[in-house]
Amino acid sequence: MGDTTGEFVGTGLYKSYAGAGADTPAAPVLADCSFHFEAGKLNVVMGTSGCGKSTLAYLLAGYQTPDRGTLLIDGEPVTGAGSDRLLVFQETALWPWMTVEENVLFGPVSRGQSRQSARPKANALLDRFGLADFKDKYPSQLSGGMMRRAELAQALVNNPKVMILDEPFRGLDVMTRELMQEYYLKLFEDTRLSTVFITAELEEALFLADRIYIMSDAPSRIVKIIDVDLPRPREISCTATRRYAELEQEALTALYEGRELEAL
Amino acid sequence: MSDRSIIIATHDAGPSAAASTAPGAAKPPIRPRRRAWPTFNWRGLVAVVMFFLAWQLAVTFKAPGFHEIPGPITVVQTLVSDFLFTRSYWESWLISFKRVLLGFLFAQLLGVPLGLVLGSSRRFNRIVFPVFEMMRPIPPLAWVPLSILFWPTNEASIIFITFIGAFFIITINVYDGVRSIKQEHLWLAHSLGASQLTIFRRIVIPAVIPSIAVGMTLGIAVTWNVVIAAEMIASDSGLGRLTWEGYVSSTPPVVFVGMVSIGIAGALSTLLVDVIERRMMPWKRKR
Repeated sequence: MGDTTGEFVGTGLYKSYAGAGADTPAAPVLADCSFHFEAGKLNVVMGTSGCGKSTLAYLLAGYQTPDRGTLLIDGEPVTGAGSDRLLVFQETALWPWMTVEENVLFGPVSRGQSRQSARPKANALLDRFGLADFKDKYPSQLSGGMMRRAELAQALVNNPKVMILDEPFRGLDVMTRELMQEYYLKLFEDTRLSTVFITAELEEALFLADRIYIMSDAPSRIVKIIDVDLPRPREISCTATRRYAELEQEALTALYEGRELEAL
Repeated sequence: MSDRSIIIATHDAGPSAAASTAPGAAKPPIRPRRRAWPTFNWRGLVAVVMFFLAWQLAVTFKAPGFHEIPGPITVVQTLVSDFLFTRSYWESWLISFKRVLLGFLFAQLLGVPLGLVLGSSRRFNRIVFPVFEMMRPIPPLAWVPLSILFWPTNEASIIFITFIGAFFIITINVYDGVRSIKQEHLWLAHSLGASQLTIFRRIVIPAVIPSIAVGMTLGIAVTWNVVIAAEMIASDSGLGRLTWEGYVSSTPPVVFVGMVSIGIAGALSTLLVDVIERRMMPWKRKR
């Protein structure tokens, strides 16, 4: 962690999904989508719901392939899923039949490591995420915030080059959500782990991001890049600064551009 | 004035509350753990008593349709005097149970793997599913004549019919379970570097277990339905036969003994299946 790998470069990406029937046309989701997510940065992708943010996440993770365009990670084409790029899903993807510790150990053990040798690191992570007392619990016994932290541990134990988070804190209550944002911010500022963080919430985006990539509606592409130059380490108080207000205004203008009436 | 008394009261509560938790102080009485036991359902008990009373009265006063029906007292008397201590009665139990369990077991052994493959291999599904769907709507009892013609012994044909009763239900549930595995669960395992075998063993199988359990619950109920009917039609033993013989030999109390026995046997099997299901899904037990 902390080295400067995990750079994504996408050029002219297209992706559409086949319609339900033979006569329904394929619905384009991404069209000419280009970006450069720098390594060691917290890149936030923002867009309205249904604009194709999750599709972008699936392409980055290698779960789906683009119809056209090139997608590179550290200069190499993305050809499939891999433990160097891990995606934290919108809804929890913890396996309900495994305890928290088993969930975290799954990656290392699947790649041939012994349970014994993988355990110290898994437990250290669980400890760090405040889950030491919950490692023998099943996911259904955890709160929403705990599940999200367990998923972070489940991903980080594999030393990914880059984390992709697809609206990870959606569905949490406001308090937990803010705590989790601060949590992830701290984790990032400690490790500088390359991150692509996808969200629909402007406040979340501004609070976390080094750079915000704003997506248009589907068929979508990146339409605006905003450098968030708020100093790090950040505290929640940074949202009360003048610079924050300026950035917020800039982002709002970009988000609402060209959709005054038809969006309502 | 009243303000002051409140202050005093809170002051008083402070030290005493502290004392009760301080080390060395007398242990506070352990609060009985409150369990969510339902309170005793006396209305239900009354209704059950009323049911038997109404039955007995209907028989005693020869209500329409009740001319040949024995009352509950006669049934219990018959059960105790003619059945409970005879070897043949318990043999009927054993035989029916054996048929149910064998049919059910074969249905699991074939249905679970078939459901798994139907759900995971598109090509296999395209070939086999139409045949499967063609046979599925045929009620198990419609298989009775064919089964008797096909199998060399009566016993085998009854077990086969029982098997048919559970097989389609189990297979279709497992198949559905495989198809509804969350894509995220598979993707995540895949990107963490798990082999196809690991994914099958540690993700697909456990994900399908709840569906297997549903298949088991439904399957065991159908199995009892089917075995009783099959015994009435094509067998000279078992609880179904016992019930039917009660009718044929004009001894109505025996009919009731058979019905009650079948009810208890079915309930016992359901209980057994429930226990097995809970063991299969430890993650659902702990909440």
